[in-house]
Amino acid sequence: MTLPLDHDRELIASNVSEWLARHEAKEMLRFITCGSVDDGKSTLIGRLLYDCHQVFDDQLATLESESKSEGKAGGKLDFALLVDGLSAEREQGITIDVAYRFFASDKRKFIVADTPGHEQYTRNMITGASTADVAVLLIDARKGVLTQTRRHSYLANLVGIRRFVLAVTKMDLIDYDQDVFDSICAEYRDFAEQIGIAEWQAIPVSGLAGDNMAARSEKTPWYEGPTLLDYLDTVEIDSEADADKPLRMPVQWVNRPNHAFRGFTGQIASGRLDPGTEVRILPSGRTTRIARVVTSAGDLDEAVAGQSITVTLEDEVDCSRGDVIAAAADAPEAADQFEATIVWMGEDELLPGRGYWMKIGTQTATATIQEPKYEVNVNTLDRLAAKTLGLNAIGVAEVATDREIVFEPYDGAGTSPNRVLGGFILIDKVTNATVAAGMLHFALRRALNIHRQHLEVGRETHSALKGQKPAVLWFTGLSGAGKSTIANLVEKKLAARGRHTYLLDGDNVRHGLNRDLGFTEADRIENIRRVGEVAKLMADAGLIVLTAFISPFRAERRMVRRMLPEGEFIEVFVDTPLEDAEKRDVKGLYAKARAGELKNFTGIDSPYEPPENPEIRIDTTAMTADQAADFIVEKLLSRR
Amino acid sequence: MHGLTHLDRLEAESIHILRETVAEAERPVMLYSIGKDSAVMLHLARKAFYPAPLPFPLLHVDTTWKFKAMYELRDKVAAEPGIELIVHRNPDAERQGINPFDHGPIHTDMWKTEGLKQALDKYGFDAAFGGARRDEEKSRAKERIFSFRSSSHRWDPKRQRPELWSLYNVKKKKGESVRVFPLSNWTELDIWQYILREKIEIVPLYFAAERPTVERDGLILMVDDDRFPLNGEVPTPRTIRFRTLGCYPLTGAVESEAATVEEVVAEMLLTTTSERQGRAIDKDAGSGSMEKKKQEGYF
Repeated sequence: MTLPLDHDRELIASNVSEWLARHEAKEMLRFITCGSVDDGKSTLIGRLLYDCHQVFDDQLATLESESKSEGKAGGKLDFALLVDGLSAEREQGITIDVAYRFFASDKRKFIVADTPGHEQYTRNMITGASTADVAVLLIDARKGVLTQTRRHSYLANLVGIRRFVLAVTKMDLIDYDQDVFDSICAEYRDFAEQIGIAEWQAIPVSGLAGDNMAARSEKTPWYEGPTLLDYLDTVEIDSEADADKPLRMPVQWVNRPNHAFRGFTGQIASGRLDPGTEVRILPSGRTTRIARVVTSAGDLDEAVAGQSITVTLEDEVDCSRGDVIAAAADAPEAADQFEATIVWMGEDELLPGRGYWMKIGTQTATATIQEPKYEVNVNTLDRLAAKTLGLNAIGVAEVATDREIVFEPYDGAGTSPNRVLGGFILIDKVTNATVAAGMLHFALRRALNIHRQHLEVGRETHSALKGQKPAVLWFTGLSGAGKSTIANLVEKKLAARGRHTYLLDGDNVRHGLNRDLGFTEADRIENIRRVGEVAKLMADAGLIVLTAFISPFRAERRMVRRMLPEGEFIEVFVDTPLEDAEKRDVKGLYAKARAGELKNFTGIDSPYEPPENPEIRIDTTAMTADQAADFIVEKLLSRR
Repeated sequence: MHGLTHLDRLEAESIHILRETVAEAERPVMLYSIGKDSAVMLHLARKAFYPAPLPFPLLHVDTTWKFKAMYELRDKVAAEPGIELIVHRNPDAERQGINPFDHGPIHTDMWKTEGLKQALDKYGFDAAFGGARRDEEKSRAKERIFSFRSSSHRWDPKRQRPELWSLYNVKKKKGESVRVFPLSNWTELDIWQYILREKIEIVPLYFAAERPTVERDGLILMVDDDRFPLNGEVPTPRTIRFRTLGCYPLTGAVESEAATVEEVVAEMLLTTTSERQGRAIDKDAGSGSMEKKKQEGYF
């Protein structure tokens, strides 16, 4: 429903093709209006529709009669009636988050997200603002900057809106008083600075009288800025800023109609590409080039942020839904632990530690949320301690995913937020309801998260050159069980047979790589994790790795097992009864532990969880160390 | 390269929605009503999945009372390679001879509302694309792009999901389904401009021609076949076109000379009544009737 402005009518009547060509070239801007009906929000939107001639005669006739019977504008046209209709639905118990309205000016087509009422305000506003380029904040000139103005500004800023309009409404009711307008601006300036809003424009308007809406008002000669429509017609659109950022395209669907064609479809989140663009596929890290940009109307020479496209790649590389095609030289990170701002939208509160579906771009993973670091009071912006988040609460918390997620910080560099790879939703796994929206800040455990360089010489090559199958022989057992002794013998026997090996010993590693770690449970887990990573690298290099660590917990041994390809982790349980180990007590540690001088000693005051299904079990009461070593070498070399 | 126009952006958004549904739903279907919005939606789907054939069938929930010209275009589309068309007619309505002349609102209820539910159940579709737009009327402004239905096809307003960014939650339980509206953010004018830009074929009834008509209850109706009961009326030839298409006895025409897309657009822009006016269906129960129909499962 778009009606032309008066001066267009002649052109439409005489040469509609020309008018259509002009209209077709219009850009699109999305904005959100923030405020309540009391601030004249519906009147403001209704006025914009009216001024842009988006109101048909039959609607206008209805408006005129309704303005007389139920209008609140004293018999004059009550523009609010054009857009209201949400209150009745609220009475019926219908949840409305956002109503969308459409109109067009000479230059642009607009999509307005209008969020009703005060209840559920946070959820509604975040939803409406998530796709908006601009926020229009309404301030009643008679009331000035209120708590709700600050709340709306904070929420819009939180979700990445960088450009704000302060529509100071009802100027007609204060006789267009410049002093009032100026003092509102001064007050807002301080607040905007405080929360980091850099770009904002205050405009004195009256929705009812039409001042500074589409046309400049003669009643505000002191105001030199743009009218509301001028501003909306000329302000920068986020998607233009997106085009200047590095290429990112989440793969949505693989188009494979036959063996001859393999296309990757998706909407370009940022940047641009053309045939020949060097790209990196994440998270695998493989690089290749764009071969074609395929459409039913012929191949394209170029595609930019915002377009939904289909590309083919020069090389046959693994790439499927959830992967990200990115600029080869400037690719995003992948990680599995993050700090994020979370806006809770579910009726049931957040359960820390419970698994939720996380959808980010085209990736879906299971995510668990830690207890929030804090909750934000959206009225005072104070940070409060919190154990959970209820409906409409906003907090900051750590998020862990069950697999690596390709991401970008939501509020990154550039003049637009990274909505596609920084914004996510959480879905309840039982009810399937969307229970939260989130914005990623940064990855935790950064060292793990450097994206992988794909290596041309891979583990198969390393292994082939050495003529051996890599493995990690993971010796576990009580202190004094004989792990190091047996591992040493195994290594000697393997070396004698020309095998390339390396022995990682617990004590030795603690002198170097892990000298910063103590013996708390967290440190012991980290100790094993690091050893696991090193063992994995060495196995990648083609080596047979032997490790001798107590590694008392099943969970950590399982963690290392998962790092390695199937069959390469060989758990060797050196099974010695506690009393035997304690009897030997080569290093005198058991005595110290019994005396209380050593805390958290495995077998004494800290548990040992024996392996349930070890690949190899050595009963040290039934064989000597040398026999055990032969047994292990035999087992290792006979595996297929 | 110039920046993207609003039509480019609408196209990209719709294609994103179509692909997201296909990637996440098990058995999607496109409801094909043969109208201009359906034509645009089908065109977008072809673009979204090119060069593959459409990864879902089209479903026409037939009432047997559509315009002849609509059936002609439907059958032409169905004959194109890569298109699978399913036509469903409610067997109960067929048996009882339900028609718009004798049965009033039951006609729409049985043929369309019930017929649609039957077809979705019969084929086990869990996602159905529809061509509805938010600008069609005030109550649709708040409609979500992905609209969830219970296993009995009820629309539960309290269980709809917030839609943030371009992230759509398509998870659902067995038996539940989702109606997906890829054209949500398109306006009437956008549809026409896109038809013009992309040269999309639409039913000729959208363009003015001389057609046999009678006038009833203030609506100009076209006498499309001899099932139209004439109570002594003599059909008058009028130069008319249709703004929307449905069952011919329920669809009012406008007198017009506009015979091309450009002329239709010019007429639409320069005349001044909103679009749904020509449709008898909205007048059944005053305002709010659309809302009620939706809860019952009408698209």
